[in-house]
Amino acid sequence: MPLPAEFASLEPFSDWILVTERERYAKRLASSMAEMQAFYDAAFPLLEPATTYLEQFPVDSLPDPERNLLLLMMSLVTVSFPVEVWKQARVPDSGAAYLDLVSEPAV
Amino acid sequence: MPHFAKPAEGSWTEHYPELGTAPVDYTDSIDPAYYEAERKAVFRRTWLNVGRVEQVPKTGSYYTKELAVVDTSLIIVRGKDGEIRAFHNMCRHRGNKLVWNDFPGEEVKGTCRQFTCKYHAWRYSLNGELTFIQQEEEFFGVDKSSYGLKSVRCEVWEGFIFVNLDPAAQPLADYLGEFAKGLEGYPFHEMTEVFTYKAEVGSNWKLFIDAFAEFYHAPVLHQKQAVKDEADKLLRVGFEGLHYELHDPHAMISSWGGMSPPKDVNMVKPIERVLRSGLFGPWDRPDIEGLDPLPPALNPARHKAWGTDSFHFYPNFMLLIWAPGWYLTYHYWPTAVDRHLFEANLYFVPAKTAAQRLAHELAAVTFKEYALQDANTLEATQTMLKSRVISEFPLCDQELLLRALHKVTADYVKEYRDAAAR
Repeated sequence: MPLPAEFASLEPFSDWILVTERERYAKRLASSMAEMQAFYDAAFPLLEPATTYLEQFPVDSLPDPERNLLLLMMSLVTVSFPVEVWKQARVPDSGAAYLDLVSEPAV
Repeated sequence: MPHFAKPAEGSWTEHYPELGTAPVDYTDSIDPAYYEAERKAVFRRTWLNVGRVEQVPKTGSYYTKELAVVDTSLIIVRGKDGEIRAFHNMCRHRGNKLVWNDFPGEEVKGTCRQFTCKYHAWRYSLNGELTFIQQEEEFFGVDKSSYGLKSVRCEVWEGFIFVNLDPAAQPLADYLGEFAKGLEGYPFHEMTEVFTYKAEVGSNWKLFIDAFAEFYHAPVLHQKQAVKDEADKLLRVGFEGLHYELHDPHAMISSWGGMSPPKDVNMVKPIERVLRSGLFGPWDRPDIEGLDPLPPALNPARHKAWGTDSFHFYPNFMLLIWAPGWYLTYHYWPTAVDRHLFEANLYFVPAKTAAQRLAHELAAVTFKEYALQDANTLEATQTMLKSRVISEFPLCDQELLLRALHKVTADYVKEYRDAAAR
């Protein structure tokens, strides 16, 4: 799963390149805080450079490496709650509740 | 001393004296007989929103809608004349479900030139006429013109498709009334990037409406979502709506929303600062017509801190319009007295850049974090209500919409029961 050359430092985290929210959320629930923190620490400083870099492409026709970068940053959004707020993978006080994203804008 | 002005009567609730201020009886959320009455009195008689016109973009586009609450399945389809129609999803020959794939209970969508029954290949045009009977000569004078699909009242308001099982129902626009009139012209049609969420919830349908019809809970239940100083301040101050309004049977609450963009970026999380988005949506408004000025029903208090308006179109459709230019819908489809299917849709102007797409993603992810906390309180409430240890509960002035929901439902049920007794 190649990334644009400028973002090659994120390749160790390419298992976070996931197409659907369901996959991203499942990986969040299956990950330890240490794993999510490591991904966040590597990716967060590159979030702003990535959005600036991706400006040059229309979002509905991204080449593969750029699409991978966007998907990776969507996973960063998914783990931002556990890392920045919850200190755990699950939403506190959410118990057995679930909410499936059954249809989402394609990337 | 309220932060925002209340009506001359001293409270929003007393502005509507028919509601009273007494504790509210929640037996209506656990009683199976009451639920059976609601199905007939409410869901068979009111206009139900079943989708948007974007779901049937061209001739022959269709989708099915399973409505357990009224024991039917519907086909919504756009005909050759461009009209959108609704039919019971049932073949006239021997009652087979007409449109479905592998599993009869699952909703399907697609595009076709006609509907053909899987069972004996009877065919129907897009406007419901029976056009073909397999081995027609074997039948005994079946007049095809009398065997079209059974239609259901179907009308469209601002791109929202509604159905009504009552052939004698008043027109949709009359039913939706003043709120709908005051929302006309909002650019719903520009907001076609959709996130659809579904869940099955172990509570009465009214309890989830209750949860989203007040924000009194927000500083408490969701306090861990904000950064610490902000959470403490929110909890200390509590919640007050900017404005409340009822137009029987519908209702609205208008709320402030200082978070989009926040006055001080230190109030929000690091990811929100970079992506310029959060619970109230992207901070940067989309570049479309129709957001300034807004239609008159929005921000009725004309308050500069306005953030979002929630309209509850009775019985089970909520429409939330957010200051930064996007909207959200909730649907609550009962399946039993203590169960319902919850559906939420978030609608944005389609992203042109990755930054916009990520801003939408953050709003959607944040929505889910909040909604999971909301949903999880419901089963807990349902099980305790079922104990009948306590059945009457005091509602505060910020819970006006809940009082209205339970009263309006009681009115519909009473009218139905009285008519049945006559």
